[in-house]
Amino acid sequence: MTDRAHVLDALGTVYDPELDEPITSLEFISSCDVSPGGDVDVRLRLPTPQCAPNFAYLMAADARNAVRRLPGVGEVTVVLEDHYTGEEINAAVGRGGEFADAFPGETEGGLDALRELFHRKALVARQSRLCEALLAGGATPEQVTARRVADLPDDPEAHRCLELREHLGIPADGGAPAFVLPDGEPIAAADLRHWLRIARLVRTSLETNGGICRDLLRIRYDIPDPVEVAA
Amino acid sequence: MYEHDGEQYFVMDSHIHFWDASPENWVKGHEQYAKGWIECFHAYQSLGPPDTHWPIEKFQKYSEEDFVKDVFEEGHVDVGVFESTYLKEWYTEGFNTTERNARLADKHPGKLITNGRWDPRDGEAGLRQLEQDAQRYSLKGVKLYTAEWHNGSRGWSLKDPEAQPFLEKCQELGIKNIHVHKGPTIWPLDKDAFDPKDIDVAATSFPELNFIVEHVGLPRIEDFCFMATQEPNVYAGLSVVTGGLMHARPRFFAKVMGELLFWVGEDKMLFGSDYGIWEPKWQVEGLVDWNYPDETFSDYPAYTTASKKKILGLNAAKLYGVDVPPELRLPDDAGTPAARDDAELVEGAA
Repeated sequence: MTDRAHVLDALGTVYDPELDEPITSLEFISSCDVSPGGDVDVRLRLPTPQCAPNFAYLMAADARNAVRRLPGVGEVTVVLEDHYTGEEINAAVGRGGEFADAFPGETEGGLDALRELFHRKALVARQSRLCEALLAGGATPEQVTARRVADLPDDPEAHRCLELREHLGIPADGGAPAFVLPDGEPIAAADLRHWLRIARLVRTSLETNGGICRDLLRIRYDIPDPVEVAA
Repeated sequence: MYEHDGEQYFVMDSHIHFWDASPENWVKGHEQYAKGWIECFHAYQSLGPPDTHWPIEKFQKYSEEDFVKDVFEEGHVDVGVFESTYLKEWYTEGFNTTERNARLADKHPGKLITNGRWDPRDGEAGLRQLEQDAQRYSLKGVKLYTAEWHNGSRGWSLKDPEAQPFLEKCQELGIKNIHVHKGPTIWPLDKDAFDPKDIDVAATSFPELNFIVEHVGLPRIEDFCFMATQEPNVYAGLSVVTGGLMHARPRFFAKVMGELLFWVGEDKMLFGSDYGIWEPKWQVEGLVDWNYPDETFSDYPAYTTASKKKILGLNAAKLYGVDVPPELRLPDDAGTPAARDDAELVEGAA
């Protein structure tokens, strides 16, 4: 039997593809109800009515798929609220359709390429945080780039890196290099400082975007003031 | 002009509006979009200091008196640049048209520059309109909004073949400053609408034009910075960065400023308040007062008095040919250029 806690756990595996953060910690779930018969109704809310339709669609579709995978679940309804393309997106997601079905004639392809692009950005940002922590702890660039996947810390940042590598088809077995370029090649020790310069910019961009999104969501739905995320 | 601690700053606000988003101006049947747009902007205003927030009624349509007080009398602005935004699918008379802006500019000679606009989907008629506008308003710049809806299309790209004659026309007419504002939609909808690559292509094809990327490409600051290191005619418009982050997220603001000073450099950053979203006063004063919060920012370029003078006005004055009083200028070699040596390493690294 499905209960609300399981549904929320499932929703916690759904990421905002643009920010690479779970939609639960971003507070994008405005309500989540489970009927006695196991039917699930999830409502999603976003920081602005004009958030990009492609990312909005991915979150709604991913949320529906994640909940439908739960054992014993009944009817699953996911509704994107207060969005200017909510009607189109909800109709397509509700019938298990593709993004192109929501916007006939307005798309060229699916959303795989978009998703992959943001997985690459997220991997760069997350790897850079792990590398900087090692350097701050006294490791040399040679020691950092010699690390293997098996040496990565047992924490959410490293776990997410490995998940992203899996999505991107980059080997993530214990003996694979811990820090890689988008093509899976290891980062060379001599390039680490320059790579970090670039990675820091990608990270700043993602974090700043996330900060603005949180602020706008808080204002839009009158959510209590959060403490600034450690930047 | 803003004076602080014995220094005088010439202030040029490169991004201001005089809009009408009142319910009387909403297109019938599209009210939800008109209402959603202005309410979204109003939420952005809440990211500024509480004593600068306006009620929604004033925000929908502020008066000429409000404008003069907020921009010139209290806002320290010497010269402002109107960035015209039409959105006629949602607002009957347009949101913030060249015509509406120019009417106000006429009352303040020498203090307001009116930028025009074009949309490649208007074709030949659009080109003729641009010629007329250039003559009528002595255009030195245009503002382009690539996410604007038009007859069932939800946006366009500077790479579109239809956009090329318009860029050529700008070059021919001496409209040198192309402000580009990215929004959440573009055709096709499956692509990243905020990707600034199309600006890169246009900047390479039209080296005589200057491309000012509004809100520094937010939310794609990284893509914008990588492009700006490689294109000498691409500039950073600081609208939204200051208004949306300086007060609400000071550490993010510091990081973004540090990254911009590093990649883009103080010679290519332009202050813009985005008034009426945010009043210029606190932003101008804040940019003069600002410095990095602590030593964890020590490997970013220094933010000096020269940096402030350039960003607050001298850079924009150069692009628009505005005559700056001699006592407010800087010697030619003042300040620090961007660290361009890293630019070549961008390709393929991220």
